[in-house]
Amino acid sequence: MIRFSKLAKSFRKTRVLDDISLEIGLAERVALIGSNGAGKTTLIRCLLGEYTFAGEVSINGSDPRKERIAVLGSIGFVPQQPPPLKMPVAQLIDFSAALCSTEPANIHQIAQRLGLDLAPILTRPFVKLSGGMKQKLLIAIALGRDAKVLVMDEPAANLDPEARKIFFELLAERQDDVTMLISSHRLNEVSALVNRVIEMDMGKVVLDDRVADDVSLSGRFACRITIKRIEPAFAKAMLNWKFRDLGGGMEWEGVVPGPDRLRFMGMTSRYVALINDFSLSEVGDGALCVPEIPLRGQATAI
Amino acid sequence: MKQLWLTAKLDIVESLRARWFQIYTLVFGGIVALLFVFGLTESRVLGFIGLSRLLVTYIQLTMAILPIFVLITTVRSVAGDREAGVYEYLLSLPVSLVAWFWGKILGRYIVIFLPVFGAMVLAVLIALVRDIEVPWEMFVYYTALLAVMAACFLGIGMLISALARSTDMAQGAAFVVWLTLLLFLDLILLGVMIQGKISPELAVTIALANPLQVFRTAALALFDPQLIVLGPSAYVILDMFSVTGYKIFALVYPTIVGLGAATLGYQLFRRGDLP
Repeated sequence: MIRFSKLAKSFRKTRVLDDISLEIGLAERVALIGSNGAGKTTLIRCLLGEYTFAGEVSINGSDPRKERIAVLGSIGFVPQQPPPLKMPVAQLIDFSAALCSTEPANIHQIAQRLGLDLAPILTRPFVKLSGGMKQKLLIAIALGRDAKVLVMDEPAANLDPEARKIFFELLAERQDDVTMLISSHRLNEVSALVNRVIEMDMGKVVLDDRVADDVSLSGRFACRITIKRIEPAFAKAMLNWKFRDLGGGMEWEGVVPGPDRLRFMGMTSRYVALINDFSLSEVGDGALCVPEIPLRGQATAI
Repeated sequence: MKQLWLTAKLDIVESLRARWFQIYTLVFGGIVALLFVFGLTESRVLGFIGLSRLLVTYIQLTMAILPIFVLITTVRSVAGDREAGVYEYLLSLPVSLVAWFWGKILGRYIVIFLPVFGAMVLAVLIALVRDIEVPWEMFVYYTALLAVMAACFLGIGMLISALARSTDMAQGAAFVVWLTLLLFLDLILLGVMIQGKISPELAVTIALANPLQVFRTAALALFDPQLIVLGPSAYVILDMFSVTGYKIFALVYPTIVGLGAATLGYQLFRRGDLP
């Protein structure tokens, strides 16, 4: 579906992409990782037809540079840095919807699911929104249309845990007929979202690996944590993940979205000296509350 | 066409919210207000009195301010948007490059021309209220001249924006272009001619090629049809064009310069890296 053939790009004398050849098929979910300057953004911009380049890039056989409307009409893009647009939110939605041949109502609906109520902010300039609101709106614009390819640069970086969970659900709904290219500096941010990892360094592909994950994008884990003593910072972190306090701040219970479990465990690892007991067990797709099941002793291999 | 208008609308809304537009509108509205406050309509120069006197002064001031204002604000916002990542996002949407580039020009043109024209209309309205006679022929020609001036420098601004890769470079280039055009105005050319460094024909040719000078001469021609203030150069210009011919030239030539610069800018934009 997406094909890069001997792709090369230089800025003056600096070679930023060096002879990249890749094929990404339908429904593949690819993590594009690498440090700053590895060439991830340049690769994405070539795919979006924004850069001139040597070699070939095609999406379903079409050149994104020469057939912009056809190609970009099927790509939903979420940038890492929200653009500083002064236009009101309503106009951005209308502009995007008109260009992408979709209804603004679809964008509103996705934003609503992500926890962003658009009605009170429709007249506010986009640039004045908070980081999280901007990110949710850009995701809503990308997902609120019939995109066959989703290109996302650190898409969940500014989202709170609840919005991340819904974002994973939205991706899960599209995973069978949409190709996803998710760029990130760190693999642990996106590892659970993808089934293929491409690592770039100095403009070259240094790793192209397929990964298997038994947990689906909509999978959930029931989690219970007991700590040795009350710690306000830990309590704040737990509340942020929407956990329930079961006993004076010593025992906590909640649900962790499957794709976010690595990130959750990364967060809890900061309090490892404090944790007395930790259990995490899969509760299946779509469960919205913590089931009344014994939790200990069922820890799933992560 | 739909994409072109959508992009134009986008640029209009972005500009209306920008500080430069508020200052820009204030400057031109302020000029007219100040000219009335200081009683310019009652003063007399070369037999001109009333609104025609005010319009002559207004267009002279506009000629000094409008080009640099249009150049700097255009390159700042276009190059600035590119640097800030606005292009990266908006050009990832399915909009054609022709609609994007010319839509931006259309939107920006509306935004830069309306305050200047609005100030002219304001002057006419005040004149009507005060029962001052309105020189309609002059009003229409000056409006056309302002419209052409805005188009000319907008085109040059878009070309500079397409060439420059950073806001600083774009601003610097815009300033240099403006200074160069200023350098080749009649007064400086006259000095060079007197010193005998260039032939009169060359000096007149340079003056005719300079859009800033073309506007200046056309504005002068309205209240000084024989172009006496230009000295011997007037003979060359009037022999070549006649007064009416020159007035038409002053509208057509800068339009071609502006459109040519914008078209070149578009070709560079289309073939280069977009963000």
